[in-house]
Amino acid sequence: MSTTPAPKALRGLGNYIDDRFHLAKTGEKNLRKVFPNHWSFMLGEIALYSFIILLVTGVFLTLWFNPSMGHVVYDGSYERLRGVGMSEAYASTLHITFDVRGGLFIRQVHHWAALIFVASLVIHMLRVFFTGAFRKPREINWLIGVAIFTLAIVEGLFGYSLPDDLPSGMGVRIFQGVLLAIPVIGTYLMMFMFGGEFPGEAIIPRLYTLHILVIPGILLALIVAHFMILWHQKHTQYPGTGRTEKKVVGTPMYPAFAVKAGGFFFFTFAVIAGLAAFVQINPIHLFGPFTPTSITSGLQPDWYMGFLEGALRIFPNWFDFTIAGYAVPMGVLLPGLGGMGLLFGGLAAWPFIEAWITGDKRHHNVADRPRNAPTRTGIGAAGVTAYGLIWLAGSNDILSETFSISLYATTWFFRIAIILGPIIAFIVTKRICLGLQRRDREILEHGYESGTIQQLPSGEFIEVHKESSPDTVHVLQSKPPARIDIDSTDENGVEPPSGRGAKGRLRARLAHWYTKDNVSFEGVRPHSGHHLHHGATASEEESVKAH
Amino acid sequence: MTDNNTNHDSGAGAEGPDRVIGTPSPAGESLAGATATAHERRHEGPYPAVETHPRPEEMQRKGEKLAALWFLVAFLAGIGFFVSYFSFPPNAEGEPAIADPQTAQYANMLMGGTIALALFAIGAGMTVWARRVMPHYEVSSPYDELPSSPEEKGSFSDFFMQGAHESGFTKRPLMRRTLLLAMVPLGLAPIVLLRDTGPLPGDKLKHTMWEDGMRMVVEGTDRLIRASDLDEVGGMVTALPESHDPEHGLSLNDQAKTVVLLIKMDPADFSDEMTQQQLDWTHDGIVAYSKICTHVGCPAALYEQTSHRILCPCHQSTFDAANGAKVVFGPAHRALPQLPVRVDDEGYLVAAGDFSSAVGPTFWDAEKGD
Repeated sequence: MSTTPAPKALRGLGNYIDDRFHLAKTGEKNLRKVFPNHWSFMLGEIALYSFIILLVTGVFLTLWFNPSMGHVVYDGSYERLRGVGMSEAYASTLHITFDVRGGLFIRQVHHWAALIFVASLVIHMLRVFFTGAFRKPREINWLIGVAIFTLAIVEGLFGYSLPDDLPSGMGVRIFQGVLLAIPVIGTYLMMFMFGGEFPGEAIIPRLYTLHILVIPGILLALIVAHFMILWHQKHTQYPGTGRTEKKVVGTPMYPAFAVKAGGFFFFTFAVIAGLAAFVQINPIHLFGPFTPTSITSGLQPDWYMGFLEGALRIFPNWFDFTIAGYAVPMGVLLPGLGGMGLLFGGLAAWPFIEAWITGDKRHHNVADRPRNAPTRTGIGAAGVTAYGLIWLAGSNDILSETFSISLYATTWFFRIAIILGPIIAFIVTKRICLGLQRRDREILEHGYESGTIQQLPSGEFIEVHKESSPDTVHVLQSKPPARIDIDSTDENGVEPPSGRGAKGRLRARLAHWYTKDNVSFEGVRPHSGHHLHHGATASEEESVKAH
Repeated sequence: MTDNNTNHDSGAGAEGPDRVIGTPSPAGESLAGATATAHERRHEGPYPAVETHPRPEEMQRKGEKLAALWFLVAFLAGIGFFVSYFSFPPNAEGEPAIADPQTAQYANMLMGGTIALALFAIGAGMTVWARRVMPHYEVSSPYDELPSSPEEKGSFSDFFMQGAHESGFTKRPLMRRTLLLAMVPLGLAPIVLLRDTGPLPGDKLKHTMWEDGMRMVVEGTDRLIRASDLDEVGGMVTALPESHDPEHGLSLNDQAKTVVLLIKMDPADFSDEMTQQQLDWTHDGIVAYSKICTHVGCPAALYEQTSHRILCPCHQSTFDAANGAKVVFGPAHRALPQLPVRVDDEGYLVAAGDFSSAVGPTFWDAEKGD
């Protein structure tokens, strides 16, 4: 197929590059890369785009920000704080806000982009979790994703701490308190981290180095690795006509996806810029500089720290103990570090736990519909509920004030809800999934309810069921087998070695629990139009088909 | 690799009646399908005709106009950004200056609003381009078979082990082990180099600068406190030690450790559970506790006089001021340290020593003596 030849300049450039890198074939292959179409695949894109925005706006802010805890008396443009003693970090943040044109805007873009970055990471991760896209061969990319999520939260906390305003200093104080709680080495870690006692003069310069160099560097490397792996393994796709475990269907990188993704980048940036323009965020000039002796009530961290804040609030002191006079404040350790460990450890371990339970060693390119993995979906819903409740508990003083409830009552509510909520969420979600599975089987077997009522010659009224579209049939038939045959015996009646012993029995039990309620589609044949119970004649079915 | 959705493949060729050119050919890239030939005749696109669904010419024409309109909006909004940037000089250059918070807000809305509009318009134009002008593609491409063939794996494995063997790494254990040994100190060196990032804790965290006879001032001022200043029962004052360096005042480090809540209550309200020593540390109903919460170190700044409760607004640890600041609710474990107070010859309130225990968040040896 011949087309217009490339312009001379472009050909020259192409040849120049190809002479040196031999890229024609690789280049074409990569430009032909297919991206499956689904809105949920854009969540990761939002994360990528907000990260790019963070890098660019962050560089701008470093041009003026002075990461020093040196004491100065402010005499800048902002009248209300003139003559007030503060750190140079805080003073330079005021300078960016009130003396640098566009400084306030870029600060707000940076902050909003950070919130949206972490939010889109979380939602992207939930999508991958609920659709089973983390399964073989993509477990390693899942682990990289968990690492990105972890670092993003730490990066956000450190960035929030830099302006040295009152709430940010309090965040550093809490960080210091959690460090101190670590048995044996806590005081050493804290002294080394802070260069002495709290607050000292070292912590902001050190957090600054971590925030603008070390962590973004690692994040960038991890994001690049995430993309290279994704590019190499290709995306998962949802079930549909023509989409199989061996073939991906979607929009090619060049020219269509590049334009679509470019447009989406501008949309993402526009939303963040719009928020930064019209929705005030972190007005540090209203908070005043940090002093270790003052605080305001109703302090709220950035949203992604809310779950830690909530955990610290509702976790009781009942488990604190002392060994030979040495204190182990579990009330700080468990929520402060255990909560993080549980969240990130659980996320990282899940693909391997699930693969162990199900014994599934196959490659998966077609994503699960969440209903078809009801136990996983239920566990995910339980996790989301637990996270959401702890996150809300981080605002229990606001809830208490807004709804005029006793503060301690809110604490008790969350202490109980955090145990009951996830259990209820698991059961309800799993039941919903199973109900959807039954409906799927119904539709597959009998077609969908057309809403047309027909009177038979006998006088009986029936509702006409119509045949689902081939695409629907395809999607419904993509359901994996209901049960895992894990405790099967070989032809001699001997159980497999993996089934023996305590570990094997545990695994068999878990596998049973994992799949026992699944609705079997075995033997279900797609609706063919000859079911007696709805009485539609074959000729009517034909007319439906033709339509 | 096993494929548990084998029924996909059988269904792939079944094109839906409403998808005449919508379904990718079952044969993938090799376009032998008879359905393709009709469309393929004059097709000059980069992808096979069955995978390319061009938009109607009318739609493309309108799409071009609409996209161009969006791009023009973006251009004008971009110009608008420059106008708004130069309309708001920084303070030195006169009015309306962004040094005024209200003006800064307006400037922010104008600058941010124009930029957001420009970005949005570019995004909208590109989306119109992709959805109205460019064909809709549904290209299929095979997933790569990920595991290598047994031959490739075997070849690699042989190659690798032969190389390891020939290099001597496996055959010469002395050399290998000494190399690994040599790495250990070098690996530890960076950790050791971090030693001077801070001092050792020693007993620094257990003591503060408070000592017997030290006067106190109201936090944020230089006003010395007399016992009579707290005469009103139920009063609460945040206090710091008097600084002898009037120019710089107390360092933040010292403030963070020494800050106290002075609370005046009816001496009869003190709980029976308080020890005689704790009562001796009070003066005429005035009791002093560290303001730094023993949970994770926020200032426990709220005091309710009717119930004598001190509340930390961060995580809501609650302490009973009438009972040695014992924890009555919340995550904190230790009571707030008590500062012994007395009155000196001139009637000023002074400390009678250091705190009863370590100030601030609980740490490993917080409850150990020196």
